[in-house]
Order: sequence, then C-alpha cells, then structure tokens
Amino acid sequence: MSQDVLVVAEHLQGNLNDTTFEMLGMGKALAGQLGGSCSVVLIGGDDAMAGQLGAADSVVRVDGESLADFNPESHAAALEAVVGAKSPRVVMIGYTSMGMDLASRLAVRAGMAHAASCIAVAGGERIRATSQIYGGKMNVTTDLGSGQCVVSVLAGASPADAGRGEGGPAPESMAPPAVAGRIRFKGLIEPEAGDVDITTHEVLVAVGRGIGSKDDIEVAEELAEALGGAVAASRPLIDAGWLPKTRQVGKSGLKVSPKVYLALGISGAPEHLEGMKGASTIIAVNTDKHAPIFGVAHYGLVEDLFDVCEELTEQIEERQGC
Amino acid sequence: MNIIVLMKRVPDLVEDLEVDDTGKALDSEYLKLTLSEFDDHALEEALLLKESGGGKVTVVALDDEGVDKMLFTALAKGADQAVKISGAGNIDGNLQLARIFTQVIGQQPHDLILTGVQAADDRDGQLAPTVAALLDVPCIEVVTGVTPGEGQVTLHKEYAGGVLAEFEVDLPAVLGIQAARQTPRYAPVSKVRQVQDSTTIERVADASGSVSSEFEVVVMTPPETGEGAQMLTGVDELLEILETKGVIG
Repeated sequence: MSQDVLVVAEHLQGNLNDTTFEMLGMGKALAGQLGGSCSVVLIGGDDAMAGQLGAADSVVRVDGESLADFNPESHAAALEAVVGAKSPRVVMIGYTSMGMDLASRLAVRAGMAHAASCIAVAGGERIRATSQIYGGKMNVTTDLGSGQCVVSVLAGASPADAGRGEGGPAPESMAPPAVAGRIRFKGLIEPEAGDVDITTHEVLVAVGRGIGSKDDIEVAEELAEALGGAVAASRPLIDAGWLPKTRQVGKSGLKVSPKVYLALGISGAPEHLEGMKGASTIIAVNTDKHAPIFGVAHYGLVEDLFDVCEELTEQIEERQGC
Repeated sequence: MNIIVLMKRVPDLVEDLEVDDTGKALDSEYLKLTLSEFDDHALEEALLLKESGGGKVTVVALDDEGVDKMLFTALAKGADQAVKISGAGNIDGNLQLARIFTQVIGQQPHDLILTGVQAADDRDGQLAPTVAALLDVPCIEVVTGVTPGEGQVTLHKEYAGGVLAEFEVDLPAVLGIQAARQTPRYAPVSKVRQVQDSTTIERVADASGSVSSEFEVVVMTPPETGEGAQMLTGVDELLEILETKGVIG
C-alpha cells in the first residue's frame, strides 16, 4: 500500500464536474499529510479534460469504447483495476449519482473501509473522515484505520479553485478490463423545458416539506408574484408530484444563484444546499430553530411559513398600491 | 418476476436529534424511527412492476419495536409476503446490514432487489451497491423508473440538472430507487388492521454472523454553523432586508 491519494474524476457530456476539482484540492492537502502524492484517474473522457488536471501529481487514464459513456459496470471494473495496480491509501469518489455506483462496490470488493457523504478527511497513521448524515443535522467522524479506504465526498465540501490547474501531467494509459456486459448504456435523455426557468430569476421563493399540501403552494406563488420572482422547491415536493421537475433545486435538480433565495419550510439537507448556496442572499423561514438551513442562510426567521407568506404578500401588495 | 424490497427504519428528521452521553451516537430515548422515505418509493416501484407484469413482492426488514406496523402497511399496500429478521443485535452500518440481508435474499427466489437510493443514516456507503457487491450482481443507484423485459429491465438513472441516462440491466439485479413513477400509495388504517388479522409476518433468525464494523465512530456532533443566520424577529425586519437588497421598492 502506498501513501498516495487517488481522486476519481467525474464527467458528463464532455465536462468535468466541480466535485472533481473540489476533491483534487482536498486530495492534495491529504496527500501532503500522508507524505504521498495525489493522482487522478480519468475513466473515459478526452484530452481536453486531461489538460485541466494540472493540480494533480499524476493522471491515469483508462479509455475504451465501453467507457465512452458512464456505465456502472465497466467504470467500476476500470476503477478496481487502477486501485489494484496503484494501491493508493485513500480513494476519493464524489458522493454523486455516478459516484454512488462506484464507491460502495469498490469498498466491498477490495475490502476497504468506507465513509460516505464526507465533508472532511484528515490523514495520519489512521485516516479520519467526517460524514454529514441525518439530513445534515449531524456530523459524524469515523476512524477508518491504518489501511486503504474509500471516501465519498459531498459536493461543495471544499473550494474547487484549490484543485484547478491547466496543463495536466501526461496521462499514463491503462487498458480497460473485460466485463460481462450485464449493464448496457442506451442513451441520455435531456430534461423537458419547463414553463419557468428558475435559473434566470433574481428572486426565488422556494418551498419544502413544511408546505404540507399541494394546494398550499398557492400562498408561495402569490408571494413570488408580488416579488416578481418564481417558485422553486426541494426534492420531496417534486417526488410527490406537486411541482414539475424543472422547479427542483438541488443535487439532482438545478443549481441556482439568484439575488434573493427565500427558503420556506426547507430543512436544508445537503442535497438541497448543493443547489442554492450560490445565492447572494439566503433568507430561511422555518419553525424548527435547529434546521440546518439556518447554518447557510444569511437571515433566518423562526415562524410559521404560512403566516410569514400571507403577511409579506399583503404588505408588499400594499406598498405597490395593489 | 420475484421482487424483494429491503426496508429500513431511520430517525425521523422532522424531530429534534440529540447526541447521547457517549458523544458518539444519537440519544435513543426520545428517538422516533420511521420508514426511510426512499424505501417507500422502492416499495411503490415494486408494486407498480407487479401490477403491470405480474409477480410477487416480498418485503424484508430487521425486527424491532415498530417493524410489524411497517410490514403490515406494506402488505396492505399490495406486497405478498413480509419477512422480519430477528436477533441481529445492534447494527452500526450498511455493510453489516447488507450481510444480514444477503443471507435472507439467498433463501428467497429473486429477480430484482429494490431498496432506497440512500437513507438518512448512511455512514459507510449505500445499501443497494453494498448488497449487490456481496451478491456479485449488477447494481444501479439513483433510479427513477423501471420497465420490465425478458430477463432484464430498462431503467432511468438520474444525473445532476435533471439529465437521465437509460440503461438495460440483466437480472438478477439490485436497484437503488430515488423516486417511484408515482407518489407512494397510502394504506388506510382499516386495511392495515384487516391485513394484521388475516396475514402473518414470517420471522427468520439472523444466522449471517455479521458483526459491527471495526471502523468506529469517534465523535458525533451537530454541524457547526459558523456565524449562522442573523435571526430576525418578524416580517417587518424581513421586509427591510428585501428592501435593502432592492427586491421591493
């Protein structure tokens, strides 16, 4: 086993995601603590992506026809081959849709310790990783021991700039291993255009589970109208079919950065925060004073969202002379 | 198609969570457990698959104080068989849980194993890929819709920004369900009671020999919120902020 850190690059539709660079920044710092180097494995991808990995000490590239698009089976096999050949101390994988298909599988098959949903990793004789769990309400630090481990890293855990660098090292090529072909990629489906593009609005009134029922979304819509903004939502409301997918903010929804983000009845799970923490001003209204949303909001109000919505709308309309 | 749904009860996140005296775990005294919301979606997807193409749905969970109600509710919704695993002791992670589940899965006919994409207490990875790796079968996480086929299923996997990838997967397979094709159905209390009187839950003793992880929790704390939000006292102050930000005149 080496003392190196291996970061698994992630890309979709020709672009490396921010998590790759965030992990690279974390990985470099961790490698420094361990006295090893920080490598990136690029599975599939292209030369342009390899050229953006200048912050890495080395790059391993596994490429082939079966790796052109993400495939949980072939990408997991490629990663396993690289980990087998390089024997890194720590493998960093994004806590993302693709990363979830790789991390647990690698940990089980290679007999490595695993910490998921991580926001921090500390190196030394033993690795300690801090995971954010219970919807962001608790941080738990796990001792991952002195052997090899897998760390799944939450998006936004570290600044991406620390991992950015042009002119990456010349990649070392590895041939992809053969796989049984039990999973077959058929194609990508783009989301349908919605009635409202929430990424273009300066004011978003975002509703969460606290809204209670589909009919009650109307109060948020009235407020959004008074503010000249649009209504967005967190995942549970979209899953319940109360609003279209195009209104979803978060990990599997859209990333928004409005001037004002008014979060109503949103607890602030990490998956949601990932999509909205770029807003210039975040104002959270929630009856739970311990809700994690208050940790990222600039302003907070512990009150019933319906009372706040109705009073706000009334007062704004009064000012506007409606 | 034989479908197994793995179900887990997790702390209800609507409630306040407190750390216990050890500083390493949640205080269980007032802890309210509830079915993991994604497992509810996994059950719904399983029921939809059964309704469209026939088959049998078996729900499996660890035995604990509230598990009977959860399993009877699943039966009332349309599951055909419920199994609870007793004697597993304290579970401290998904690897330990997956070893227990795979032992029971091995005793049941299965084509498809569904469970939630994640759960609130996932500390050492997700259940679906961990079970799949132990069984050496294919797995896909973040699935939002499954269509049955001959010896395979076609499904959608969700990426960031609402982009979907379509995959075909050979059976048997494990899928981590993000969202069922429709909102999980509701079982009226009267139906649950009726099922409770007419059906039994099978009890299986854990014989997996699965033990706690050697990788222990060092400390559990509520996240530091830094400066945190500047707390406002009422709507008037909120209006002032909106005015300062130029959102209202």
